[in-house]
Amino acid sequence: MAETKEKSLSDEKPKPRVRPIVRLGIFLISHSFLVSVVCCTAGVLALFLLPVLAKNTYISENALMPGSASPMLSNQHVSDGNRLVKDLTNPNSKSSETGIESHKIIAQYMLDLGAEVSFHKFHPQMNQFHPLHFFSSPVSGKIQENYSCSSYGINTVGIIRAPRGDGKEAIVLVTPYNALKSGFGEALSLGIAYSVFSLLTQVTWLAKDIIWLVADSQYGEYAAVAAWLREYQTPKFSSLSTPNAEMCPDVNNLFELKGHSISGSKFSNSFRRAGTMAAALVLKVRDQNEQFEDTISIYAEASNGQMPNLDLINVVNYLAVHRQGLRVNVEKLWPLLNSSWLKSLGEIFESLAKVAKSLYPKWKFGIPATEYVEGTATLASSLYYQALGVPTGPHGAFRDYQVDAITLEISPKFSLDKVWRNDILLRGGRLIEGVIRSVNNLLEKFHQSFFLYLLTSPSKFVSVGVYMIAFALLIAPLPMVAASLYVDANSSSNCSKGDSSTPSAITDTDEHGIAIRSWRWLNSAKLVFIVHLWGAIVSLLPYFISQIPDCSPTTSFMIWVLLSILSLLTLNSVLASPLACAKATQEKEWALVKSVTISSVFIGLGLMSVINFATAEIGALLMVPMCLLARPLKLDVRAGTLRSFCRLICNLVLGHIAFPPAAFFLLKGMLDGFGNANVGDFWMWVESLWAWNSATYLFIDLTWRAHAVVAHQSCMMFWNLDVLVLSL
Amino acid sequence: MVLLQRPHILLLLIGTHQFLQCWIAFGSVNEEGQKQAEFSEELLLKPLPDHKLLAHFHFQSSGPPSTSNGCHHHLFPKAISQLVQKFRIKEMELSFTKGRWNYESWGGFDPLSSSNAKPPGVELWAVFDVPQHHIDASWKNLTHTLSGLFCASINFLESTATYSTPEWSFPPASGNVRYGTLPCEAVCTENLTPWLKLLPCRDKAGIALLLDRPSLYRGFYHSQQLHLTSTGSSSEGIDSGIILEQTLTVVLQPNSEMAIEVHASEKHIQPSWSLSSIFGKQVSGRCVLAKPSSVYLLLDRGLSAANGLTSENFWSNPSFELSANPDRIFLEESSSHSKSLSILYMFQVEKYCESEPFDIGLMWKVPVAWLCQQTPLHASRFLMGSGNERAAIAISLKSTQFTEGFMSANSKDGSCELRVDVFQVVPWYVKVYFHSLRVFVDQQPRAVSDIIEKIHVSPSKDKMSPGVMEVVLKLPCRVNTAALTIEFDKGFLRIDEYLPDANQGFDIPSAIISFPNFHASMVFLEDDSLNKSPLLSKFQEKCPVMSYTEVLLVPLTTPDFSMPYNVITITCTVFALYFGSVLNVLQRSVAEEERFLKAKAAKKTGRLPLLLSKLSAKLRGRRLEPLHSPPSSSSFINSKLVLKVILVAGLAVGWQYFFS
Repeated sequence: MAETKEKSLSDEKPKPRVRPIVRLGIFLISHSFLVSVVCCTAGVLALFLLPVLAKNTYISENALMPGSASPMLSNQHVSDGNRLVKDLTNPNSKSSETGIESHKIIAQYMLDLGAEVSFHKFHPQMNQFHPLHFFSSPVSGKIQENYSCSSYGINTVGIIRAPRGDGKEAIVLVTPYNALKSGFGEALSLGIAYSVFSLLTQVTWLAKDIIWLVADSQYGEYAAVAAWLREYQTPKFSSLSTPNAEMCPDVNNLFELKGHSISGSKFSNSFRRAGTMAAALVLKVRDQNEQFEDTISIYAEASNGQMPNLDLINVVNYLAVHRQGLRVNVEKLWPLLNSSWLKSLGEIFESLAKVAKSLYPKWKFGIPATEYVEGTATLASSLYYQALGVPTGPHGAFRDYQVDAITLEISPKFSLDKVWRNDILLRGGRLIEGVIRSVNNLLEKFHQSFFLYLLTSPSKFVSVGVYMIAFALLIAPLPMVAASLYVDANSSSNCSKGDSSTPSAITDTDEHGIAIRSWRWLNSAKLVFIVHLWGAIVSLLPYFISQIPDCSPTTSFMIWVLLSILSLLTLNSVLASPLACAKATQEKEWALVKSVTISSVFIGLGLMSVINFATAEIGALLMVPMCLLARPLKLDVRAGTLRSFCRLICNLVLGHIAFPPAAFFLLKGMLDGFGNANVGDFWMWVESLWAWNSATYLFIDLTWRAHAVVAHQSCMMFWNLDVLVLSL
Repeated sequence: MVLLQRPHILLLLIGTHQFLQCWIAFGSVNEEGQKQAEFSEELLLKPLPDHKLLAHFHFQSSGPPSTSNGCHHHLFPKAISQLVQKFRIKEMELSFTKGRWNYESWGGFDPLSSSNAKPPGVELWAVFDVPQHHIDASWKNLTHTLSGLFCASINFLESTATYSTPEWSFPPASGNVRYGTLPCEAVCTENLTPWLKLLPCRDKAGIALLLDRPSLYRGFYHSQQLHLTSTGSSSEGIDSGIILEQTLTVVLQPNSEMAIEVHASEKHIQPSWSLSSIFGKQVSGRCVLAKPSSVYLLLDRGLSAANGLTSENFWSNPSFELSANPDRIFLEESSSHSKSLSILYMFQVEKYCESEPFDIGLMWKVPVAWLCQQTPLHASRFLMGSGNERAAIAISLKSTQFTEGFMSANSKDGSCELRVDVFQVVPWYVKVYFHSLRVFVDQQPRAVSDIIEKIHVSPSKDKMSPGVMEVVLKLPCRVNTAALTIEFDKGFLRIDEYLPDANQGFDIPSAIISFPNFHASMVFLEDDSLNKSPLLSKFQEKCPVMSYTEVLLVPLTTPDFSMPYNVITITCTVFALYFGSVLNVLQRSVAEEERFLKAKAAKKTGRLPLLLSKLSAKLRGRRLEPLHSPPSSSSFINSKLVLKVILVAGLAVGWQYFFS
C-alpha cells in the first residue's frame, strides 16, 4: 500500500488507475491518527461491552441429556458414604504417621464394592523450567537421583468396569485427599465420591468405565494428579538403577497386608488402566462454610488459557441449579465488585438499553447494572486466569492430555452436623451422578460446544467471535500507523536528500535511489532485532539464576537485574557499530524504528491471540497506547508546546506502567494494598510462571522486548539530549 | 455343481437335473446308513469366582456330505450348506460379542475360555478351498451373504482396508485365511433371531427354550458364535459333510437384587441360583430332534480344590447342594501339572417332560473362594502419548500366579523359553512405524533381535490394506513383565474418509496373544457315552491358549464438518466476484467512458447529479477531476451528506421516542 502511495506521489503524470480498495487504504493511512484514536477507543469500549453482549449458555450436544433421568442415588448409598467419612475421621485411623492406614481403609471400601483397586506410588516432581519446551507436549519429567523412601505419595485408584461396555472409554472422578492432615471437607468429598461409586457398581446403564482417583495431596493436588496421568499416558517401562518406591519397606508392607486379606484377584499392585478418558471431574469440599446458600464453585481454566468444552460446564450448571438447588459460582475478581466507576458504567449501559428498548421493543440487550458489575468482575477474572496460564486446580493436568476436566468445589451452608452432612452428601452425590450419567451418554467426545470462550457468569458466556472484535479493533491501528510512519520517513528523507545533493543526481539515479531507500528499513530492523535479542537473553537468564543454590527471591531478582544490565552493555559494546551508526542518523530514523517496532508488535500480538487470547488482549491494552504514543523525548522537549508536553508525560507514564515488573507491582498494589509488595514477589511470580510452562512468560518476554525497544527509542533521544546539553 | 453356480442357463433343464441328482443322492444315504444328519443340544453351567455364572449353550448339527444328500436336508440348515458349497469354505467362524471377557477372574486357560472369549463386536475368519486369486472374491461374497443372513453390517469387511491375511500366527494357520473384525458393531436380538433360526427346534423346545432375551442381554458378557467345518473338500474327491457348531456364551449375575441386601460379612458366600432364577424359564423336555440333549455343571480345578473335592469324596459334598440328582459324574483325567481335578455333573434332559420340567439349582452353604486358571501371561494393551500427532501402542504382558507352578513343571533343562505369538492388525489411518518396535523384559530394554524370534510385517497402504504385524516372542520362563511398544502417526484423513461418528474416535481392533506351547484341553475319564457328546469331545481337543486384548480408541483430529459448506460458499463468492469483474472489463470501452465523464463534468449540472457522478466515479475507481478535487474535498461533501442522513435519522428516532 505504502509503496503504491509513494509511487502515486512520485510520478504524478501518468495517473494510473487506482483500485478503490487501495484508495481506501491510502485514505486510512493518511488519516492514521484519527483512525487509531477511534479504533483504540472502540476497542476498549467493546471490551467493556462484552458483559452486555454475553449470550446465555445452552447445551449444544443433544446426547448429553442432563437431568432427563431421575437420580438413583438413595439414602442407602449416602449412609455408605457416611460410614466411610466416619471411618476416615476416626482418630484411630490417623495413628500412623505416613497416613497409609487411611489409604488402606479407602482401598478396602472400594474392594468391598467389587471394584478393581490398585495403588500408585509416585515421587513428587518439581516443575522444572525448560527454556525451549513451551507449547511442547508434557514430558515425562526426569526422575531425580536422590529420592529417599520417605518422600513418596500414594494414589489409590479404583476402577469399575462397565458391565456391558467395551472398555474403550473412561470417566475419571478425582478427590484430592491428604492422609496426614485431612480436614473434614476432604473426608466429606471422599464420602460423596464413595456414595456415587457404590451406586455406579450396581447400575446397568454404565457404558464407560469409571475411575475413581484418590489423589494424595500431601505434595500438592496438582502434582499427584499429574503424576498419575503421566503414568497413565506415558509410562516408563524401563526402570533404571535409581531407587524405586517399591524397594521402600513401607510400601511393600502395604501391599502384603492387602494381598492376603482379599479373596479374588481384584487387587493388584500393578498399574491399572481403563480406556481413553472422556472427561474428568475433580471434587472438593471446602472446610469453611458459606453464609447464604450451599454453593458450588466451578474452576475451569487450565494451563495457557485452555478451557474445557463449554458443554461440561453447562451440564454441571444445569444440574446444580435446576435439579439440586445449589448456587453456582465462578471465580470473580472481588475488588471490582465494589468499584463505583464500573457501577456507573453499568448504569449508563442500562439507561442506553432502556432508550433503545423504548425505540424498538425488540432490542433487548440491556442488563441491570448490578449484573453488569458482576459480569465484568467474572469476565476480568476469567481473562486474568486465562492470561496467567497457570491452572486453577488439579483439572489442569487433564487438559494437557486433551481431556476435558473441571474442578467442583462445594461449600456447604451450615456446620456439618449429621443432618446437614447427609443432605450435602445426597445433593452433591446426585450432582456427580447426573454429570457422570450425562457424560456416559456421550457417543462422541466433547466437540459440539465452544472451546474458546470467556465466562461472565455460570450461565453466560462470550464466544470467540464476539471477543475477537474488541481485540481486532484494538490492534487495527498498528499496521496503519506503521505504514504511515514508513511513508513519512521515506518521503521526508527523499526531500532532504533532494536538498542536499545536486538535482541532476536525483534524475540520474532515481531508480537506484528508490531501491536503496526501500531497503533502508533493514537498518532499523537490525536495531530492533538486537534489542529483541537482548530481551531473549534477559528472559533466559532466570533459568541460570535458578540453578544457584540458596538464593532468596529478592537477591535472585537483584542478580537478574544486574545481569540484564550487564548483558545490555556487553551487547552494546560488541554490536556497537550498528547502534552507533544508527545514532548518527537517529534524528531522522526514529520514525522508521518506530514503524518497525510497531509492525513487530503487531505480528507478535496477532500470533499471541491465536495461542492465548487473554494474554494478547491484556498485552494489547498495555502495549498499543505505549507503542502509538512513543516519540523521542528530545523532540517533545524541544517543541515545548503544551501538547507535546502532555505527550511527553503520557509517554513516560505509559512506558513505566507497561514495564512488566512495574505492571505487576501496580496490579498487586491495587489488589492487596501497596504495603506488602516486595521485590522478591516478582521473582516468585515469574518462577511460578515458567514452572507451569506458561505462555505468559514468553509474552512478558515479548512485552519486555517491545518495551525495551520503545524505551530505547525514547531514551536514546534523551541521552542524545543530555549529550547535546553537555556539549553546549 | 458347476451348473448350479450358473443358474441363468436353462433353468428348466437344471431343475430337472437337480431333482434327479437329489433323488439319487437320497437313495445313496439310505444305502450307506452311517452318515445321518445329527443334531445335539447341550448346556454347560460353570460358577465363576466373582459371584457370577457362566452358561455355555452348544448346539451342533452335522450335515451329511453333499454328494450323498444333494440339496435335501432333514436337520441341517439349508442356508449354511448352500453357503459352504458356493464359497467352498473349509472352515469359518463368526462371532458376535458384547462385553468383555474378564481374563483375570473368569480364567483363560481352559478350553471354554480360550475358544469362547472373543473381542467385542464382530469377528469373522474363514479358510477357503479355492485358488489364491479367487479368495478375495469369495471373501467379499461371503461377507455380503453373512451380512444378510445375520442382520449385521458384516459387509463392511468387504473392502480390502478392513480385512487381513494372517500368515502364520493366527491359529488355523494356512495361507487361505482371511480375518476381519468390526469392533464397534452393536450386538442385539436382531442378530440372535437369525442365529436361532438355524436350529431345528428354534427356541420353541429343548434347551434353547432357556434363551430368554432380557435375561441374556442383562448379562456381563454375551458371545454368540457360529463355527463351520467342512470336513472334506470336494477337490480331493471325498466329501464327508459339514459340521455346524453354534455356541452362545453368557456370563450372568445370579439374583443381583438379593446380593445388595446381604451384609458385608455374608458377601463372600457365592449366590445360590437355579435355572429358573437365572433365565426365568425351565426346560420342559428335549428338542425331539436332538440326539444327546444334556445339561452339565462344571466345577473347575480351582473350585474343586477349594471345596476339598477329590476323586473319593465328590459324591458326598458338604459345601453345596444340588436340587436335582446328576445322572452321571465325570472326573477329569489327572494331568501332570495339577493335583486337583475338574468335576462334571451331567443331567439328561430326556427324562423330563412338560409336567415335570427340568430345573437345576445350586445352593452354597459355606463361602468358597478360588481362582480360575489363567493364561501364562496376562496381556493388556493401551495407548501412550498425548496430542494429535503421535502416539504409541503398548502391549504389556504380566506373569500370572499360574505361571510359576507351570514353569517349574515345564522347565526340566535350565534354559526354558516361553513362546508368545502376537497378531496385531492396525487400520491404515494409524500409521505404524515398525522400526520403532521396542521390547522391555522385566523393565529392562532389550535388543529386538534377542527377544523376537520371528516377525512378519506387512505395512499398511493408504485406503488399500491395513497394517499387519505378526511377532513371535521368545521370553525367558521367569519373566515377570514384558512390554512391546510401537509408535504410530495419527493419520490426517480427507473429509470423505471419516466414518459417520468421526468424533467418537477410531478403533484399533484387538490384538491376539497366543501361547503355542500351551494347549488347553480337558480330558474326562473314558466312557462310552462320551463319544456321543460333541461338547465333551470338543473339550478334549487340544486348542491353543489365546487371549484377546482390549479394543483401543484413537481420537484423531476431526475437522469441523460444516467446513466443506463454508469452503463451497467462499469459493462460490470468489468465483462470482471474479466472473463479475471479468465481464465488467470485457464489456466496457475505456476511452468512450472517459470522454463521457469529461463531457459530464463540463456540463456543470446541479449539485446532486454532480455528487452522484462523483460517487459513481469513486466506485469505479478513477478520479473525476484530479486537479481540482483532492480526496479531502470529496470526503467533505460526503460528510455533509452523512450529516444530513444523521439529521433525518435523529428526527425519526426522536419522533419514535416521543410518540411511542
